[in-house]
Formats: sequence, C-alpha cells, structure tokens
Amino acid sequence: MDFSFTEEQSMLRDTVASYLADHYSFEQRRAILGQEPGWSPAIWKAFAEELGILGAPFSEALGGLGGGPVENMIVMQEMGKALVVEPYLGTVVIGGGFLKHSGHAGAEALIAQIIAGEAIFAFAYAEPQGRYNLADLKTTAARDGAGWVLNGHKAVVIGGPYATHLIVTARTGGGQRDAQGVSVFIVETSAPGVTRRDYPTVDGFRASEITFENVKVGAEALVGPEGHGLPLVEKVVDEALAATCAEACGVLQKLHEGTLEYTRQRKQFGQPISAFQVLQHRMVDMFIQVEQAVSMTYMATIKLGDDKERTKSAAAAKVQIGKACRFVGQNAIQLHGGMGMTDEMAIGHYFKRATMIESAFGSTDHHLARYEFLSLGQAA
Amino acid sequence: MNLDFSPEENAFRQEVRAFIKDNYPADLRAAQNSGQPLTRDLYLAWHKVLARKGWVAPSWPKEFGGTDWTPTQKYIWSEESAAAETLPPLPFGVSMLAPVIYTFGAEEQKKRFLPGIYNGEVWWCQGYSEPGAGSDLASLKTKAEKITADDGKEYYIVNGQKTWTTLGQFADWGFFLVRTDPDAKPQAGISFLLIDMKSPGISVRPIVTLEGGHEVNDVFLDNVKVPVENRIFHENQGWTCAKALLAHERSGIAGVARSKRNLEKLREIATTERSDAGGSLLSDAFFRRKVAELEIDLTALEFTELRTLAGESSGKGPGPESSILKIKGTEIQQRLQELALEAVGHYGAPFLRDLGHNAQIGPDYAAGLAGEMFNGRKTSIYGGSNEIQRNIIAKMVLGL
Repeated sequence: MDFSFTEEQSMLRDTVASYLADHYSFEQRRAILGQEPGWSPAIWKAFAEELGILGAPFSEALGGLGGGPVENMIVMQEMGKALVVEPYLGTVVIGGGFLKHSGHAGAEALIAQIIAGEAIFAFAYAEPQGRYNLADLKTTAARDGAGWVLNGHKAVVIGGPYATHLIVTARTGGGQRDAQGVSVFIVETSAPGVTRRDYPTVDGFRASEITFENVKVGAEALVGPEGHGLPLVEKVVDEALAATCAEACGVLQKLHEGTLEYTRQRKQFGQPISAFQVLQHRMVDMFIQVEQAVSMTYMATIKLGDDKERTKSAAAAKVQIGKACRFVGQNAIQLHGGMGMTDEMAIGHYFKRATMIESAFGSTDHHLARYEFLSLGQAA
Repeated sequence: MNLDFSPEENAFRQEVRAFIKDNYPADLRAAQNSGQPLTRDLYLAWHKVLARKGWVAPSWPKEFGGTDWTPTQKYIWSEESAAAETLPPLPFGVSMLAPVIYTFGAEEQKKRFLPGIYNGEVWWCQGYSEPGAGSDLASLKTKAEKITADDGKEYYIVNGQKTWTTLGQFADWGFFLVRTDPDAKPQAGISFLLIDMKSPGISVRPIVTLEGGHEVNDVFLDNVKVPVENRIFHENQGWTCAKALLAHERSGIAGVARSKRNLEKLREIATTERSDAGGSLLSDAFFRRKVAELEIDLTALEFTELRTLAGESSGKGPGPESSILKIKGTEIQQRLQELALEAVGHYGAPFLRDLGHNAQIGPDYAAGLAGEMFNGRKTSIYGGSNEIQRNIIAKMVLGL
C-alpha cells in the first residue's frame, strides 16, 4: 500500500500548475471564453508541444509519458483549479480510453494524433430521453455493405464544436434500453450528414446538439465488439468519473481557499468575519468535505485497474464528490455574501462548475442507486 | 500509488489471524458474547497475552516495546483485530499515558512506569476533566501545593475533584492535570502528576450513565501527598504533555476497522429483519439508502485515515488534521448504532440487564443495541467535543 507520488508525478503536477498560473489566470480565461471559438487552440498546442501532457496516460511505446490513471488525476486536478475548458477529459481520458481498451486497429495512429494535439475527441453518448442510462439509445447504426450508416440525436456533447472526432454510442441491435446491442463508433465531425447546433454551457464550456442523418462510415469506425460494447463504455465512463472527481477536487480546493481568504479580509461589526465561530465551523465542515473528496478520488483512481471493485468505487466517489460540490459550492457563495453573487469574482465561476460536476456522468442519486445495487443487491 | 499488499504483508496477515484465533482467551470471548459487565481480570486477559507476544503497543518506539511495524502492518493488525472482535488493550496506559512518558519523562520514569503499562500489571486512569472544566480543560482547579515534609523530601499536596474517570474503579494509578501556579495564565500553571490511587485521601465514586452502566467515576482528592518525582516534565508545563496526549487520543479514535465490522453486523441484522412489505429490511428503499450512504462515508473516512498514516510514516506525528478523524469517526460510529437500533424495531425496547443470563426476549442481536446507542452518544463529547475539534481545525489548520 502506498499513497505517495513518484518524482515524475510531482514534476508533472508542478509543470501543469506553473504553466496554468502563467497562462490561464481568471482574466486570461475570461478573455478566451469571451471570444470565438470559445477555447484556445494555442493553449492546446502548448499542452501538446511545450508540456507534452496530452501523452500523460499513454505508454512510451505509443509516444506517451508512460503514465496511467494517476497521471490523469494529477492533470485533471490542476485543470480544475484553473477551470480549464480545453478538452483533456474528452480527448485524452475518454477518446484515449476507448482507443487503449478496444484493441482498435487504428488506435496507434489516432493516439499519436491525440498526443500531437491534432485529434480532438468529444463523447456523444447522452440522448434527450436517456437521462444517465448509458444503454438508453435511440441512435442506430445499421450495416451498410462493409460499413455502417448512423441515424440519431445526441444531447449536450461537451466540446462538440471543436472536436475533430466523435465517440458515438449507437444501437446495432436490441431494444431501446437493452444491455445487448450497444456498439461504439468513431465518427469524424466533418462526415456528411453530421449536423451540429452549437451553444455555450452555463459553466463556460461549448457544447452541441448533434444529429446524424444517414451518416456513412467504414467498417473501421466500429470500436470494440459489435453489439457487446456496453462493458467498454462503462469502463471508460468509470475512468471519466474518476477524472471528473479529480477535476472537482481542484475546484473544491479553490472554493474553500477563496472563502478563507475572503472572510479574513471582509470586516463587519468591527472585525474580520472569519473571527465568527459560526463561520469558522462552516469552513471546517467545508474543509472536511474537501479532504474526503480527495481521499475518495485517490481511492477510485487506484481502483480503476481492479475490474471487480472499479464500478462500485467510481460510484462511491461520485456520490461523495457530488455532495461535496453542493455543500462547498453553496456555502462558498453564502460566505461571500453579496459579492458571491457577482460575475466579477472568480468564486461564482467555480460554483457554477461545481454545480455542473454534480450531475456530470450521473447525479448523486444516480450513483447512489448504482452503489446500492452493487453493494446491497436488488431492492424489493 | 497503489493498494496492493506484498507477499510479506499477506503472510503477516495470516500470522496475525492465526495468532488471534489460537490465543484469544475463551473466557473473555464467552463474557463478551454474554453482554455482561467484564471483571478486572477479563479486561486484562488479552492484554497479557499480547504482552507475552510483544504486540501490546505497536506504535511505541522499539526500545520500549514497539513492534516497528510499517503503517501497512498496523493497518492489517487493526483490521484483523476488529474482524475477530478482540477487546483491545485499554487505552489509558498504552495509548494515552505512555507516549507522554516516553516523550517527556525522565529516564528513571520511563524505566519505572513503562514496563507496568506494557505488561498490564498496572491499571491506569485519567484525571483530566473536572465538574467546572470540560471543553475548557485549562480552567481546571484541582490544586497542588509543594511542601517539604518531615522526611526532608518534597511533595505535592493535592486537593480537588476530577470527573468522568473511565474505569477508575479498577485503577492502580492515575495521571492527573493539577494547578501548581494559581497566578499564571490558565495553560501556564498546570503540571502533569502520576498518583497512586491507593494514596490516603483519594476516593472514587461511581457515576451511573443513562444506559444503566457503571463505566465512569468521580475522583475526590483530599490532601493527597504525591512525591515530586512523580511529576512528568517541568513544573507548570503539564499543558504541553496534555496537548500531545490529546492528539494521540484523537488519531486512534476514528475506529475504522471496528466500524467496518459493525457495518457488516448491521447488514446481517437488516438481512434478517423484515420490512413493512415483508421483504428483508435491507431491500427497503429508505433503509438501504441510509446503509449505502453510511458505507460510502466510512470508505471516505478509511481513505482519509490511510492518507494521514502515509503522512505520518514520512515522519510527521499525528497533527491537528487528526481532528477530522475524530469528528467523522465518531459520527459514523453513532450512525451505525442508531441504524442498528432502528433495524430491530420493537425489540429495541426491552431492558434485560437485571433479568439474568436466561432472559431470552427477542432476537439475541437486539439485546444490547439500545444501551450501545445511548452509551455511544459520549463519543462526540469526549476527547474534546466535536465542536472543540472544529475549533482546533479552524485555528491550527485553517489559520482562522
């Protein structure tokens, strides 16, 4: 048992943190978000070329840094601290995850493009009717000669506007919510029949409603086994959950630190409001939530390699993180008083991200129900 | 970062498991199962077996009897002990007083007192709280005046009252915080004294707690004569010892392994008990949600403790962060107790203590649950109440 980071891992954290401190301040971020295209290709290029972090979780044989889930955790936590919108999660964690785990013939070439910053992935899995059920799919893929033809509507595809490639879940058989019959495809966003309606999200990202109308793809577009793709989707989503928890840890740490700092300098009744015990205890309870979120993120990250414990651990972590996001986020605003309500202060932007993380890849209730089933068995 | 156990660690687990299985005293096991109050000898039975094995005090420095185990080995030890439901050595000597003696005591004090603690020959009790000094411990009033007696030696004459002295009815010796300088600031005038409980002028009076048990006591000190060489560390600097002791007390208090075992028992009870709809209680939507949330909170506590241990193994002692473990650990223990009581429904009510051994009313597992739940409310009060722990974190960790 070992909870320490290697020297390389500590260096990775320092590299990302110091780059973001110089190039991704709150004001710099605001400038990026305020103009088209709503993200910074220059920052992305720097991630690839200057920092080399887009290869963090890939083996050295593939041109990566030889890391894995712990490296993703480190990068995502630092990205959370800076509220980075550039698509590390969609591209490296999710796109990279599908390529690594599927044994896809084109994986090596596509991973090389990811590491070089050329291929950018978005995960088109959610559908308007499906809520958080990964198998609830109306999108279909039908055989078309050697290839496939896709039809359907994918909802709130984060990073859709700037993706070069989409990971699309679609039904190749079975009924709307069946576990069987789920398949995964890689579709280039430029393919004929792919239509996007782009929009910003409340927490500063860009997303798309994407429709597929008779989109023809080749046989090589299929990732993983035909009709039996759900376990692969679940595995990658568990990895995305752990990475999102790590991002949340960064967000939560900034919410907590920002609140400590603000209450120390804000004076009322002739003293800093941090001197009031009722506020001190609130900030201690926030601190406890943050620490437990970090603990659960470590746990879920380490257990990603353990196929028996992986899903239960990811669900448990997301429950803890979801609760922490709500408690710490809302109390951060409360303790900032009126200033917490302003767009001018960073705190509100961290709160908005924390609130969206609560429901990312499933809400607290969703994961609690999943955990219950895995730990306690079927309900009556 | 990994959670793997090495082959050596797995072998250690097997060794520990086998040792407990082969050596745990049968009469102690029987008494634990019966739920009756334990005798003094039974309280010490396992302690004495462990002393012969050399496993009483894994955390002590090796020269005084520590095992030099890695944090992982200690983790394995506590898991196996909890799984086997052993009665751990009483904390007063082993985990509370001994670290003060080996950290602050003089050489001859270490030689004189540590072996008796280790071997379970001397039963220690704690004289900290007073009727007027609870969370505000430094306001304690028990007074010690230094005199030179007719034999030419120096003594403290101690007068005052201590309270909440756990298992003081069995104690041979006690460690006491007393005021040696009434004019200094509250924390500055306190000394740390070791007092023979058979000294003339000491009397111990039981306090019966709400579940009906006799666990705690008042201790009255009336002109008790204590040799000065029984003082640990400098005069008027006992607060330093007291603070160190409280940090140790907090870090052991999370009780993760015991709570995991109790969670298993709760699940067993809830599998047997029926819901209103007739299925198992564990399949009831509302009850199972509470169990699941508790389980997740316990996992978060476990990994927070493991992170703390990892920090300690890199050279830091238990710091103020251990207050988190105290707060969450006791909250979880209390939730386990209240859910177990909730689970047994009607049979939480019968009070069986005075009905003798054959009082078979309701399921066996239901008998002690209300008492445990009532008694368990103490955990968020003792060792510095959970509100005081929040003050400690606010001041020492957050710098507020």
